[in-house]
Amino acid sequence: MKKEGEVRISSGCAISGIFCRNGKRITGEAIRKSIAVMHNRSNGLGGGFAAYGIYPQYSDFFALHIFYDSQSAREETERFLDKRFDIINLSKIPVRQTPKIPDPPLIWRYFITPLPHLLQDSQLDEDEYTSRAMLRINDSLKGAYVVSCGKDMGVFKAVGYPEDVADFYRIEEYEGYSWTAHGRYPTNTPGWWAGSHPFSLLDLTVVHNGEISSYDANRRAVEMYGYPCNLLTDTEVITYILDYLTRKQGLTLRECSRVIAAPFWTTIAIKDEEERSRLSYLRKMYSSFLITGPFSILVGFRGGMMALNDRLKLRSLVAAEKGGTVYFSSEEAAIRVIEDDPDRVWAPRGGEAVIVTLDKEAAV
Amino acid sequence: MRRFRIRKDEGCISCLRCARECSFGAIEAGEDRTLVFHHEKCTDCQRCVSCCPAGAIFITEDGNRFRHGSVFTDDDIREILLQAETGGVLLSSMGASGKDIPIYFDRLLLNASQVTNPSIDPLREPMETAVFLGRRPEGIQRDSEGRIVDNLPPHLELRTPIMFSAMSYGAISLNVHKALAAAAEELGTYWNTGEGGLHESLYPFKGSTIVQVASGRFGVHETYLNTAAAIEIKIGQGAKPGIGGHLTGKKIIGDVSKTRMVPEGLDAISPAPHHDIYSIEDLAQLVMSIKEATHHEKPVIVKVAAVHNIAPIASGIARSGADIISIDGYRGGTGAAPKRIRDNVGIPIELAIASVDQRLREERIRDRVSVIASGGIRNSADAVKAIALGADAVSIGTAALCALGCHVCASCHTGRCAWGLATQDPQLTGRLDPEKGAARLINLVNAWTREIKEIMGGMGINSIEALRGNRMALRGAGLNEKELEILGIGYAGE
Repeated sequence: MKKEGEVRISSGCAISGIFCRNGKRITGEAIRKSIAVMHNRSNGLGGGFAAYGIYPQYSDFFALHIFYDSQSAREETERFLDKRFDIINLSKIPVRQTPKIPDPPLIWRYFITPLPHLLQDSQLDEDEYTSRAMLRINDSLKGAYVVSCGKDMGVFKAVGYPEDVADFYRIEEYEGYSWTAHGRYPTNTPGWWAGSHPFSLLDLTVVHNGEISSYDANRRAVEMYGYPCNLLTDTEVITYILDYLTRKQGLTLRECSRVIAAPFWTTIAIKDEEERSRLSYLRKMYSSFLITGPFSILVGFRGGMMALNDRLKLRSLVAAEKGGTVYFSSEEAAIRVIEDDPDRVWAPRGGEAVIVTLDKEAAV
Repeated sequence: MRRFRIRKDEGCISCLRCARECSFGAIEAGEDRTLVFHHEKCTDCQRCVSCCPAGAIFITEDGNRFRHGSVFTDDDIREILLQAETGGVLLSSMGASGKDIPIYFDRLLLNASQVTNPSIDPLREPMETAVFLGRRPEGIQRDSEGRIVDNLPPHLELRTPIMFSAMSYGAISLNVHKALAAAAEELGTYWNTGEGGLHESLYPFKGSTIVQVASGRFGVHETYLNTAAAIEIKIGQGAKPGIGGHLTGKKIIGDVSKTRMVPEGLDAISPAPHHDIYSIEDLAQLVMSIKEATHHEKPVIVKVAAVHNIAPIASGIARSGADIISIDGYRGGTGAAPKRIRDNVGIPIELAIASVDQRLREERIRDRVSVIASGGIRNSADAVKAIALGADAVSIGTAALCALGCHVCASCHTGRCAWGLATQDPQLTGRLDPEKGAARLINLVNAWTREIKEIMGGMGINSIEALRGNRMALRGAGLNEKELEILGIGYAGE
């Protein structure tokens, strides 16, 4: 039987997110509790978390979380890294062994920075230098898989129910200002670790609930710009599209939301002239990146979070606010379990991005 | 040489309508209101059948056949006999008949949503079929206040991804042009003049017109270039790649002569190549010249026939400054072509589009240009499949003529079209009422568009751009591994 990565697998899901605008760092306990409520939206074949602000002592360095199938894959990858980066620190990621999470790969963490002379010779900025190296590991080093590679952030994911994944990674020991979580319901696969969410590149992480009907059009478009899609998952494609549009094309996330969940032409037609020309420009210019079919996504980025539904709102997505904290989830119950008295609860409209960022004084 | 038999049954009321309608001289009125059939002249155009008020006439294949079991088929022998008699090149028209070349569209199956994602009902939800054709710059620009500047070059805007293919005035009648122009305007799409110029009465349809510049440069002048939404440089067409055209002097009469800027009665011969394009860099110069002549206000299309190395050719065109590449496949139609060329040169559009789309992606320039597919698009499913393989839009020629009455008898080159389409004989051209013709074209394209929306909705796709190059929407059946590889699709059940 073909495993994920060799064949495209559709899946249903649960997502949840917590963002502290004031920069307050909270432990992973709250997000674990939230996603656990939606146990039935997963089937034990994938769960994961993304956290921002968890490595303040290493915030200038790229934090790599890597899965290895074997010691030889680790040795080969470390040789690859050593040639290109200064490895400031490396260690196994501490885990709590549990029968609910069987057969883990080797899970390592590195803090690295590009070797200055190589970076200079490459004529790239450090983000591009690093992302290319990471894509190359995933594309060509067998048995090695980079789970996350941003600064002061990390992704923790596994095959299992999300609450068990949280226990496995001891996420209650991490403190971050921004958390997203994912519980997965793939339809027909043994599930594999790398295929779990969140999916990530540099500081960008995506958790996603849905199955996009534009998948192959989007995949073939983004592969054109140097993003080999190895996992054949929607989330991977969405992450790469957002990285391309923000980092390579210089769009804001708000503008990106107008590309991937573009308003209908009939909606654009009734806008005022400036808005009309802006929106139609984005649709025409980036038509290959329109995403159709159901999705709700939470996009984590340095200092912020974006929640976005497909333009028909074919997947549930609820938002809530309490003081300086913002919550997103597939189900309201998953918010109420951690905040029973929110100031405001609402369902963002299809295609209307909700973007939250750290308050100025809290900016890290 | 006899191919068909004209027959009538007892229902005949001897009204002689069939004799009046037959433009090929196959049915004549004899004495005493009897009918005389000249079977050998019948082209099976079905005009008599369609017009018979009693439903009493019908055409069958001739029952006689040559000896079977030989390598030589009936057609082979007939053609040899004809050539032995005349010493001439065999002429034909419409699309290639190569019976053993697969129609790949028929071996592609479309996807639909079940359970894991919802199909979308086009009667309840918006279903977008608008397409924009043209170049895209490599990146955005912002003004000093950070607002995005509109740096998009001129685009064609189509309400539906179906256009009308190039068919020249001369090959077809002015009434056909009138019907196409009026229909294109109403539908929010484009029609194409072909290489015979644009009749002055059609200047008001400027916004829906694509004017063609072909190797003969017939009817090309500054006003012509500027009386259009886009200009197409025609390098070749699917029915006759690598060779030029020949409109006989007997069709160069009256307004055809004036519009083509060719003296009456003189043959209008399009050379095989453009004599100012002997290489790709020459094409870049012509593209630029045309852009200069039209003040950089209109996209330039380059149309080529699908030939063996179409992928690198398309890549070269994309880099020549052209905004849109139009690719015409093996089965593309024509008003007249040497039969051997029509049936033996070029490759099917399905394979051409797939390999061009893939190559442009490998070279990272697919988003820079738009691609139009044509040549054997028979219905809305063919259009959907062409788009899923990688085309932005399709164009239809034969299907449009069928909407106007054509029954694909492939006798256009005789100039005797009984339906009044591929002829300049005023007795015949009057058979098409341009307004009624336009209404039928509008019906056809609207019907296809509805079907496209239905198919898209079934796949959970609510905008046509999400279908473009979406090869997972396709699976093959009855194809070998090489064919699947070129088409970039999986096998059904995979």
